[in-house]
Amino acid sequence: MIELIKNPNIDFLGKRYIAFVFSGILSIIGIIAIVQIATGRANLGIDFAGGTAIQFKFENPVALHNVRLALESGGVKDFDLQDLPSVNKILIRVKKSEQELGKGSETITSILSQKFPENKYVVDSTTVIGPKVGGRLKADAAKAVAFAVIGILVYVAFRFQFKFGVGATIATFHDVLAVLGLFYIMGKEINLILVTALLTIAGYSLTDTVVVFDRIRENLKLKQKENIETVMNSSVNEVLSRTIITSATVLITSIALFFFGGEVLHDFSLAMIMGVIVGTYSSVFVASPVVLIWGGKRPFAKK
Amino acid sequence: MKKKVLWKLILIGITLILAVVFFLPNTPAFRYMPEWWVKNMPNKGIVLGLDLQGGLHLVFEVEGDKAVEITTDRYASRLRDLFAKKKLTADVNVSGLNITVSPSNVETRKVVEDNYPALKPLETGTRLVYKISDKEALRIKEGAADQALETIRNRIDQFGVAEPTILRQGENEIVIQLPGVKDPKRAIDLIGKTAQLEFKLVDDEAKVAAEIPQSIEPGEEENLLKQFAEKIPEGNTILFEKKINKETGAVRKIPILLKKQAALTGDLLSEAKVNIDSRFNEPYVSISFNADGAKKFEEITGANVKKRLAIILDNAVYSAPVIQEKISGGNAQITGNFTMEEAKDLSIVLRAGALPAPLKMLQNVTVGPSLGRDSIEAGKMAGIIGTIAVVLFMIFYYRLSGVIADFALLLNIILLLGAMASLNATLTLPGIAGVILAIGMAVDSNVLMFERMRDELRAGKTPRAAVDSGYDKAFWTIFDSHVTTLITAAVLFQFGTGPIKGFAVTLSLGVAINLFTALVGTKSIFDIINSKRELKKLSI
Repeated sequence: MIELIKNPNIDFLGKRYIAFVFSGILSIIGIIAIVQIATGRANLGIDFAGGTAIQFKFENPVALHNVRLALESGGVKDFDLQDLPSVNKILIRVKKSEQELGKGSETITSILSQKFPENKYVVDSTTVIGPKVGGRLKADAAKAVAFAVIGILVYVAFRFQFKFGVGATIATFHDVLAVLGLFYIMGKEINLILVTALLTIAGYSLTDTVVVFDRIRENLKLKQKENIETVMNSSVNEVLSRTIITSATVLITSIALFFFGGEVLHDFSLAMIMGVIVGTYSSVFVASPVVLIWGGKRPFAKK
Repeated sequence: MKKKVLWKLILIGITLILAVVFFLPNTPAFRYMPEWWVKNMPNKGIVLGLDLQGGLHLVFEVEGDKAVEITTDRYASRLRDLFAKKKLTADVNVSGLNITVSPSNVETRKVVEDNYPALKPLETGTRLVYKISDKEALRIKEGAADQALETIRNRIDQFGVAEPTILRQGENEIVIQLPGVKDPKRAIDLIGKTAQLEFKLVDDEAKVAAEIPQSIEPGEEENLLKQFAEKIPEGNTILFEKKINKETGAVRKIPILLKKQAALTGDLLSEAKVNIDSRFNEPYVSISFNADGAKKFEEITGANVKKRLAIILDNAVYSAPVIQEKISGGNAQITGNFTMEEAKDLSIVLRAGALPAPLKMLQNVTVGPSLGRDSIEAGKMAGIIGTIAVVLFMIFYYRLSGVIADFALLLNIILLLGAMASLNATLTLPGIAGVILAIGMAVDSNVLMFERMRDELRAGKTPRAAVDSGYDKAFWTIFDSHVTTLITAAVLFQFGTGPIKGFAVTLSLGVAINLFTALVGTKSIFDIINSKRELKKLSI
């Protein structure tokens, strides 16, 4: 039998205040990110902000600097450039384009054909999102997050006692906020695919929390006389290896996706990697301590 | 006990066969299947989303307000005809959505209100002001959206796209999906063109006509219109014709003073087709009017010999030839330095008819075929590497039990692909990510069970008892953790756009199938191993 850690006996709950400070910082960054998104100051993707994004694939390498100069001299304003030099790809994003939709992409393609006549390109993809659709997508994303949170809450409340529900929900919020905050700090784009990743993280991070809670519930029934903190600590220790291993397998596939899944899924898999790690941490350091604090002396299991 | 295992094995076998049968169309092997198989067995498989096969996803808004404006204009021009017919002298003017009729008297009022009950009087004092009633306006908007949908469908049919999707969304939006279109710009132009064909008489006799410059630089149109706004006579307007110098390629715009009211419109067309001019070898579009149109055309040309008649499409003059003689038969030509493609597309939009109102583009997602191919390749690569890594990890950590978990994992992948194929589900790029994540989550159930078994073994149970109680005790944990993922997947399905719906589908199918493979698949293998003889030791 290969074991990750032989008979671990770590005082996880004793370290809860250190964890709370750390998690608090992560969550605050996440909340700041939400405020920035709501006020339109975060790096919103064009699916939320509206605008035009075009990805070009050139035959020969092309310097980002030259593309920038070409577009500027062509009168294109407020654009972002990003390149994937290994495959000669360039992504141009023009946010909140005031120009008539569709015209913007024509202008850009014609500038590039004029300025780089000897370097042929194909247009990999064009995305034009009007403000109306952008607003709708934003509203849909917000609704999706709200319904997912409510759905999870209701399920956890149905399956567990209220105290556990609170712990699980706070841990889930924490994970989502942490990943969102990290993306914000890294200056990454906040877009639909990130929201998808965040919701997936919300659903998945509960797996670990459920594993821990199940064991706590079971042990509380068996060891009614013991100190609650001790029971919780031993429960967390008992399931520690499976908490880590279930996360590890998803981490493995997320990493495979990150390195080999192509550019479109790059940020998605990065969010998943972060989310799985944070989710594992939170099920140990956030979910259980919250139950301990919230539940007072003796949170009793329903079943 | 033994019988139960046998039933489980049969169940697994049947689902496995079904999965393979359903997924077969997505494999190269399908090409070698006999004809009766291709005809009678599932032959569609998993459908690739637009982001993987390349294509266009467009959302347009039908500008219903414009349709109301156009209707208002039409009412006004018919009113003028009516007054003329009844020999009443009355002025009819349109400003915005209001029709003003003066003088205001019993007779003019009767003409308007008898013929156009949909017009609501706003003012009945010294002049009459009417507006289309709100109820009628709503009906016009509704009708415009319906007709736009129909017209677009016609155009796309004639353009020739395999399996297009054209749908109404909400009150006034039209969603169009065109998979595999190679020239997205052309398709967008074809759909978005209002294609309002009009014939208007050129007013060369007005005094101001001589003051208007021969030609101007492109971009100067606004200035010229401002300059002449006050000078042009009531009932006239200036539109522009684009001229390209064939040698230099230089573009000039020619302003033309026209009668505002169209002499004839494109709704009276019966046919439009591309012809080639034999002298210049240039394509043009020849149009034929129906009987009504032909009669009108004859009247107009007869009454205006030696004057110029402008052919106008969407407010751009294509040509303004001089009428040499009365033209009967109802045939005309539209020329304008077209390429073959342009001429073909123009004939399509003329045949399919004009849009009742202009379209506004709300969304355009175009994916080139090469990006789609790259994405599929990358997805396959990530999937294979991820699977191999997980398989090796499980064998390393759980030994023989890990092999059993890996068997369940492979079963899971095959069943997932089979389930998607049986539903003809659409595979999108995020969907591929969903499959790969599901692979990582698939072994979670086994991990939870194996760890439980280890607990039981540590507690001193026999291998068989450890397996049984490991399963029983882990069941609810596994169930709970799957349900929460299913909840988020359901929410994503409800609120997500196309590609994200694809993710929700693969992830939820993956998770649901995982419950089956973990609880039925792995368990039966342990049962088989245990049923032969009681194991002394469990390789876990």
